[in-house]
Amino acid sequence: MSDKHVDEVSGVETTGHVWDGIRELNNPLPRWWLWTFYATIIWAIGYMVLYPAIPMISGATKGVLGYSSRQEVAENLADAKAAQGTFVEQIAATPVEEIEANPELLQFAMAGGAAAFKVNCIQCHGSGAQGSEGYPNLNDDDWLWGGSIDEVYQTITHGIRDPQDDDARFSEMPAFGEMLEPEQIREVAAYVISLSGTPSDAALVEPGKVVFEENCASCHGETAQGDKDFGAPNLADAIWLYEGDEAGVAAQVRQPQHGVMPAWGARLGDTTVKQLAVFVHSLGGGQ
Amino acid sequence: MNTHTRQNEVAAEDIERLDADPVNAAWKRKPLYEARKKIFPKRASGRFRQFKWLVMIITLGIYYITPWLRWDRGPFAPDQAVLVDLANRRFYFFFIEIWPQEFFFVAGLLVMAGFGLFLITSAVGRAWCGYTCPQTVWVDLYLVVERAIEGDRNARMKLESAPWTFDKVWKRVSKHAIWLLIGVATGGAWIFYFADAPTLLHNFFVGNAPAVAYMTVGILTATTYLFGGLMREQVCTYMCPWPRIQAAMLDENSLVVTYNDWRGEPRGKHAKKAAAQGVSLGDCVDCNACVAVCPMGIDIRDGQQLECITCALCIDACDGVMDKLGRDRGLIAYATLADYEQNMAIATGGGTHAIDPEKVRDPDGHFHDKVKHFDWKVIFRLRTMVYMTVWAVIGLALLVALLSRDRLELNVLHDRNPQYVLQSNGDIQNGFTVKLLNMIPEPRVIFLSIEGLPGATMTAPGVNQPAGTSLAISVEPDRLREIKLHVTQPKEYIEGAVAKFRLVAEDKSSTERDVYVANFNAPEAR
Repeated sequence: MSDKHVDEVSGVETTGHVWDGIRELNNPLPRWWLWTFYATIIWAIGYMVLYPAIPMISGATKGVLGYSSRQEVAENLADAKAAQGTFVEQIAATPVEEIEANPELLQFAMAGGAAAFKVNCIQCHGSGAQGSEGYPNLNDDDWLWGGSIDEVYQTITHGIRDPQDDDARFSEMPAFGEMLEPEQIREVAAYVISLSGTPSDAALVEPGKVVFEENCASCHGETAQGDKDFGAPNLADAIWLYEGDEAGVAAQVRQPQHGVMPAWGARLGDTTVKQLAVFVHSLGGGQ
Repeated sequence: MNTHTRQNEVAAEDIERLDADPVNAAWKRKPLYEARKKIFPKRASGRFRQFKWLVMIITLGIYYITPWLRWDRGPFAPDQAVLVDLANRRFYFFFIEIWPQEFFFVAGLLVMAGFGLFLITSAVGRAWCGYTCPQTVWVDLYLVVERAIEGDRNARMKLESAPWTFDKVWKRVSKHAIWLLIGVATGGAWIFYFADAPTLLHNFFVGNAPAVAYMTVGILTATTYLFGGLMREQVCTYMCPWPRIQAAMLDENSLVVTYNDWRGEPRGKHAKKAAAQGVSLGDCVDCNACVAVCPMGIDIRDGQQLECITCALCIDACDGVMDKLGRDRGLIAYATLADYEQNMAIATGGGTHAIDPEKVRDPDGHFHDKVKHFDWKVIFRLRTMVYMTVWAVIGLALLVALLSRDRLELNVLHDRNPQYVLQSNGDIQNGFTVKLLNMIPEPRVIFLSIEGLPGATMTAPGVNQPAGTSLAISVEPDRLREIKLHVTQPKEYIEGAVAKFRLVAEDKSSTERDVYVANFNAPEAR
């Protein structure tokens, strides 16, 4: 534009644009802004040279540093593994029953076990390992297959009645509905209930005792204290895996239910199972 | 046009012009933006300048030396007197060690700092701004460098407008280099508060310090250089909120740097010429010494203003001039608004005429008896006493809390799930997470026992002790130990769904103890 217009108040040239008598000052960009802008350009050039930046038909330019986010994740994972490194190795090398004697290993195993428990175990045993009907409570001192850390470790590794693991703990109570008269089942149920101090029909208890000794004592024991070799539950204690009344016991005698727990050794690896065993053993009922 | 003039109409000259002025009249509009005018403060000398040197030495000394002080806390704790150990979440201050949950001590100190600021400001104005604010101290330090290299005000102004000769380049480069070095030292000192200073210093120079240390030094170097060297008074005027808050703290009895125009005006150098015209001049000879020394570049004679940080250098400058003239000091002085107004009333005859400096003096040249002078007693008034009391009460409360605080703590968390566990023999077991805090830098054996739960015993995994009512648990120095606790109560003692009992943690050697009242849950009675 040939006719330059200079604003009177500021003494600054205007752009020549007028809106309703208002003119736009043609101030230069603030210097700090301009230098910041140049700095970002230099930064961007440096960035494009150093890092992957320009998209190509397959992938993008690699950048001088050879950075990739995928590789960074891999490195982070490797770092995390390395941070656990010695502990994981130590746990792998330590027999499970000796882990608790080492406070550092115990702490690591407890944390790892608690995490693995939350991922793999709470679906059946509950978030507090409190169990539910048919799924044992792991906090108490009643163990179907033994509550020493070794036995717990064995149970987790191979599972219970897992058809895919030949070493899985296995036992099945016969369905006595086909072998005993309904009356006999009522009697033996009343007897079993009476063993843990629950009141039951005295007229049924006496004959029930006979039925028990003839049919049940071979596995559950003379005093109904159970047998961990067969996973035969203790029937004289206060804890019931299934319903603990006469009807519940009778149902279990007639047509027993059997819980199945998968074998975890192959799935989780030995160190994780060891940590799980330590965690479960520490819950309060470990023997 | 007379033909259009009708009867009873007045002539245009007879219409009165009203005394009205639009607030934004075109002729008084100014652009909103004004470019900064560079300030070249002249070196001042005098009482306040000396006091400011002293404050500068003390504050910078505290800042740079503190991290290097040692304090023996035994083999289990760091020996740095003041240390903010972020990694381990401990704060050490000489004999005091603070854990994160004791942060209220720091909050209390901050509240005290707030009230201290109110107290100081209501008593002596913006003393914080003028003497101790880091911005003021570092600008002062940067000015020392500037003056040493480029000379005082006039030399610096000359250099500023001089062409870029080798001499100017050399001076500018060395000035900025030293400023940057001071910036590095400032940022460098800061990081020593957060780690063992000698170790960090070594690691810093061999390149082994954590990245955050280098970043902190970098950022603080940049801000120190930028704020102290380049931005200076703009930080106070435009960035700092404190100048805007100060007005609420000042009252008519606050001592603030004041130009006493009741004895200064009318200002002028030529007393005799003025006397010949029948005017007697005041003490101000309009030498502008007060303006030249001002680091904010303002004229205190315009009265109290936002920009004034009350550094009192204008008092020194003016006192020097008054001394030379053989006049009383205090033309610019710390004065209260109340005193100032009373003196003004004397000088202006109660506001009836312009300032007449003769009115404040007796014929012998001394000040009139009624003229009010600086009196430090004005500091002690109801307002400052209230601030002082609140400040002291908070301080005492913190001190009592500090001296009576526990160094052994017990936190107990009942298991949420399961609430209780039925054992095979019918007993009930409850699980707890127990945290034992040994807050002294020595290892301790803490006895944990249960009281008030009949027949109950406890065990803890990892603490290999037989079930009983008491466990001896060793806790590392200055550490928290978390243990899982299983408390079992035989079924014959169980009375209801919830029983309260006490968990007691005790250090038998010092008799320190902490008690936690916990719940023991059991199934509802059937």
